[in-house]
Amino acid sequence: MGICAALRSEDVVFGTYRGHALYLAKGGDLRAMVAELFGKETGCTKGKGGSMHLIDTAQGVMGMSAVVGTTIANAAGYAYALKLRRSSAIVASFFGDGATEEGVFAETLNFAVLKRLPILFVCENNQYAIHTHQSQRQGLPDICQRVRGFGLPAERLDGNDLPTLLHVAEEAVAALRAGEGPRFLEVMTYRWREHVGPNLDFHLGYRDQAEADPWIANDAVCRVGQLLDPDEREQIEREVEAEVADALAFAQESAFPPASELLCDVFKE
Amino acid sequence: MADTAQRVRPRKDSTSPSTRQLSYVEAVREAAELEMARNPSVLVFGLDVDDPKAIQGTTRGLVERFGRERVFGTPLSEDAMTGVAIGMALAGLRPIHVHIRMDFLMLAMNQLVNVAAKSRYMYGGQVHLPLVVRAMIGKSWGQGAQHSQGLHSFFMHVPGLKVVAPSTPYDAKGGLVAAIRDENPVVFVEHRLLHFTQGPVPEPLFEVKPGKARITARGDDLTIVGISWMQIEALRAQQYLADVGISAEVIDPIWLSPLDLDTICQSVERTGRLLVVDTAWTNCGASAEIVAQVAERLQGVRELRLRRLGFAPTTCPTTPVLEDLFYPDARRIAACARDLVEERSTGWMPQPREDLKQFEFKGPF
Ligand SMILES: Cc1ncc(C[n+]2csc(CCOP(=O)(O)OP(=O)(O)O)c2C)c(N)n1
Ligand SMILES: [Mg+2]
Repeated sequence: MGICAALRSEDVVFGTYRGHALYLAKGGDLRAMVAELFGKETGCTKGKGGSMHLIDTAQGVMGMSAVVGTTIANAAGYAYALKLRRSSAIVASFFGDGATEEGVFAETLNFAVLKRLPILFVCENNQYAIHTHQSQRQGLPDICQRVRGFGLPAERLDGNDLPTLLHVAEEAVAALRAGEGPRFLEVMTYRWREHVGPNLDFHLGYRDQAEADPWIANDAVCRVGQLLDPDEREQIEREVEAEVADALAFAQESAFPPASELLCDVFKE
Repeated sequence: MADTAQRVRPRKDSTSPSTRQLSYVEAVREAAELEMARNPSVLVFGLDVDDPKAIQGTTRGLVERFGRERVFGTPLSEDAMTGVAIGMALAGLRPIHVHIRMDFLMLAMNQLVNVAAKSRYMYGGQVHLPLVVRAMIGKSWGQGAQHSQGLHSFFMHVPGLKVVAPSTPYDAKGGLVAAIRDENPVVFVEHRLLHFTQGPVPEPLFEVKPGKARITARGDDLTIVGISWMQIEALRAQQYLADVGISAEVIDPIWLSPLDLDTICQSVERTGRLLVVDTAWTNCGASAEIVAQVAERLQGVRELRLRRLGFAPTTCPTTPVLEDLFYPDARRIAACARDLVEERSTGWMPQPREDLKQFEFKGPF
């Protein structure tokens, strides 16, 4: 949210299977997202892509991959096209801490620096890839330090500190629009629930509730809520609750796609 | 009967109650554990092999028993880790590299196709690569486009790679043991739904050797070859067909490369009809290859009728209504088989039998 608030509607984002917040923050439609989770024809991919492949091309949400790291390079290609066309728009590429271990990450950083691409790399570091901590996967578990070696500025931020995040993002985006070349932000965050699905997973023993508690206590949404006037906050919450209820009802009432959809969209006709 | 086929082994163990029942997961785990105990050169690594879920349980307890040098989780680096596995094999180790989805093997293609498959030949027989790549095919609960692909034919296409796709706990154990002992790279294909199935598995080590199929049901009217999960569906189809008086012979190829063409051809020579069902697309797939090889060998020998079933020729959709249409199942296999036998479009579709219903993975993860 902090990053997307610094973007314009013509800017473009690429994400991962954990891209629901990104989709909404960049202007994606809540109804279309929930309907997609229900597999309905009103979903943002007509029920074909599901939860891991949200897209809204009109809002600049250009897709999400379930194969870790793959959209990082796609984002760089989009940035190249924007630069070639002398567009003022920029690209933001979102991925996890695990994705920085894939070859495509290193290869893309090099290319982005080489071509001075207008791309903001955003690593959402929740310290885990599924159940494995960053320190068990990375010889040097300091992603910013590794990134600087490629020749681009990198900065670590607290994902729960929305005002600072917004401020830094605005600065970075301005520099990108000025043609100063790619930037990297590592945003520290935490996954409250299991890797995929609605359940808690502390019983598995790979992490403690105590590790999660400070993240939950400092949650960005709560902190922003505390900054608001109580009446205003109540008003917003009422509206959001209504929007969520509406999206759920919309998804439930929507139809499943017809069988004819099975073989459509393999190619553009 | 084909003397080249694996010994016919009953699926439900009615004759020898002493044979243990194991799940597919347990069978894979046991094969790795026993081979590791036997041979200190055997290593297991891959993303999450050492995490609490232990790849559905298939690697459970291995770290505790063999230590972190021989069993370790890797960074998210499929390409490099495949190259690392090749280097280990060159140095005389026998690595087992585990991937929770076959789709992720696409990141390892260069190392597998350009290096692993080629090294023995292009270095004039001076090196060899005893390497196992375990790869799982996902299905249901929103696996979708990038978590559901059956890409085993990619590897069948390349000389220098072997491919095995066991459908029972027995063959999972024997097939993995054979793969580990093989001096060449072997891709070991596991369907995630098979992980939950049970079957008889003897305690000692044994091998299910490359290039030997198994006849899993006897019949005279047609031959059905079912690959991986489709073996389960083919055996269910065989029961639907029995209800209407059609007797199907069912064959599990087990090893896709090398393929036991003899066993399949001996059956088709008798039945004259072949239906190959794959948990993959038919186009340029394992089913295409099997049908082509049978046709080449039996053309002019006898009259043949041939059919294939597999994924719909499209990307796997997540919504259940379309996903159901994407996959072949027992009833559609039976319907197709009947048309093949009666040599017309019967329009028949068996009523679902409760005892032959499909198991569904409900998730999450
Ligand atoms: C290429 C590839 N390898 C492995 C996986 C299996 N996998 C799915 S999510 C995940 C962890 C990714 O961690 P991270 O990038 O930190 O993202 P997070 O889930 O923490 O948001 C893994 C290993 C995958 N989807 N793609
Ligand atoms: Mg992570």
